[in-house]
Amino acid sequence: MFSGFMVNAWIVATIVALVAGVVGFFVVLRGSAFQAHAIPNGAFAGAAGANLVGVNPLIGLGVFSIAAALGIGRLSRRGRSDVVTALALMMMLALGAAFISQSTQYEPQIFSLLFGEILGVSSSQLAPVAALGAVCVIAVLVLYRRLLMTSIAPEIAAARGLRPERVEMAFLVVIACSTTMTVPVVGALLIFSLMIGPPAAARSFTSRPEIALLASIAIALVTVWAALASSYTTNWPVGFYVGVFSAVWFGVGRTYAHVRRVRGVSRA
Amino acid sequence: MRFLFEPGFFSNAPVQTAFVIGGVTAIVSAIVGVFTVVRGQSFAGHALTDVATTGGSGSFLLGISPLLGFIGAGVIGAGAMELAGVQRRRGRDVATGIVLGAATGLAALFLYLDTTRSATTGVTQQILFGSIFTVDPGTIPVVVVLSVVALALIGWMYRPLLLSSLSAELASARGVGVRRVSLLFMLTLAISVGLSSVAIGSVLSTALLIGPAATALRLTKNLRKAFVYACVLGVVATWLGILFAYDSYYWDPSSQGLPVSFFIVTIVFLCYLVSGLTIVRRVATRRVNLRATHVVEVV
Repeated sequence: MFSGFMVNAWIVATIVALVAGVVGFFVVLRGSAFQAHAIPNGAFAGAAGANLVGVNPLIGLGVFSIAAALGIGRLSRRGRSDVVTALALMMMLALGAAFISQSTQYEPQIFSLLFGEILGVSSSQLAPVAALGAVCVIAVLVLYRRLLMTSIAPEIAAARGLRPERVEMAFLVVIACSTTMTVPVVGALLIFSLMIGPPAAARSFTSRPEIALLASIAIALVTVWAALASSYTTNWPVGFYVGVFSAVWFGVGRTYAHVRRVRGVSRA
Repeated sequence: MRFLFEPGFFSNAPVQTAFVIGGVTAIVSAIVGVFTVVRGQSFAGHALTDVATTGGSGSFLLGISPLLGFIGAGVIGAGAMELAGVQRRRGRDVATGIVLGAATGLAALFLYLDTTRSATTGVTQQILFGSIFTVDPGTIPVVVVLSVVALALIGWMYRPLLLSSLSAELASARGVGVRRVSLLFMLTLAISVGLSSVAIGSVLSTALLIGPAATALRLTKNLRKAFVYACVLGVVATWLGILFAYDSYYWDPSSQGLPVSFFIVTIVFLCYLVSGLTIVRRVATRRVNLRATHVVEVV
């Protein structure tokens, strides 16, 4: 389980879990779940386009995910962000369908972009993933106070002269960066589950942001390691286990919060 | 006319089926969509297409009809989202995301099992993008019946649904069971979305659910008019898209033509963008007093 090609899988899974734990914490806090789903899913159209033109799919992914982040951020100022996100995602998927219709042999690649090929990660892919992952984590740490304040106390943020649209835009770009790095490796679906389940569970366990952030990372790591181990043993896709384990964590978190609330009420 | 309609357009059987199915689903999606947009449930509306798709890929394994798989999974998913969802909007988004993540994980498993047990590699693409041109004409009656069911549900709960969509507080003060209405609406949404994703593919399903409704709500404050606009827009976009897709096979003899979904989504998206230009001034002046009755305006 820890030899040969699996070593790369473990390393990549760990990096992805770290990034998802950090970025996902703010995705949940800010209610950006839809954007976190739309950007990686829509970005696959970029890979399809790059394939058609004959450039590196990573460039296509990067261009499309950044464009999606900027477009959603810009249009959301004038319209409702969930509507804008839905329509932007559909537009990108439709473009992807158009690109695919023009090339003949793409099917297996769509599958791998959506569901990932974590077991097929080559050593040369590790460095770029680690570098982009570090960029994302550093960006979140730099933006930390601003992200926290605009999500928890918008009035105070406004009083201090913070501009929420700018912070939102910056955050969407961070999501886009983490997407570019992870989609070709683990797939759009896996990264989304990791960004929602563990952070949501962590927030149910504690209300202190720093501890919740650490818990979110820890839960994401446990989830991805357990998923990888289960996948290795049963031969079923990693994405399946990540999705299910994330949902279980969420359920545990909600139950814990509920029990605590009920006890609190009865004590008072 | 020959310039616009390539030869054989009106006598082509798949095109006729596409017109009927596309038209019916566009109308149902538009009407359910207006409520979806007003209630801020676009994410749920989109997520349910993916959940329904999971059911679709599972149906191949279980050997049941895909339609049953789509609708069944959609209904179960809608129930799960409603159960897990907190009433606040952010909590609801997270609950939707959790159900979506679990469902797509299951889809990964189903597709994996599908492809290992049989050689149906075209399944992923077929399920994701569908094609309105490959719809079996035999499904028309089922599509029509389910559409009527969805519309009847909306009609039945119209007033309480409207009230609780605009202001949950006001609705519960008037004795409306907000939770029950909300659950019922999610089930209607699941039927509508399952229906449209099996008929026209999951990409088009969300586009026709959100696009025409959001555009209509930008054009008018009046909800009745919004329903009419959304239906007209949805049907026109669908039919134009079918026409362009058919014609595109003739534009360049060497190419394969472009997919219907591409044209329909592009039309819908452009309509939404253009409609934004008309409301710039209104929003600037009204955003300040944005309250329950004005929610419809800024979409």
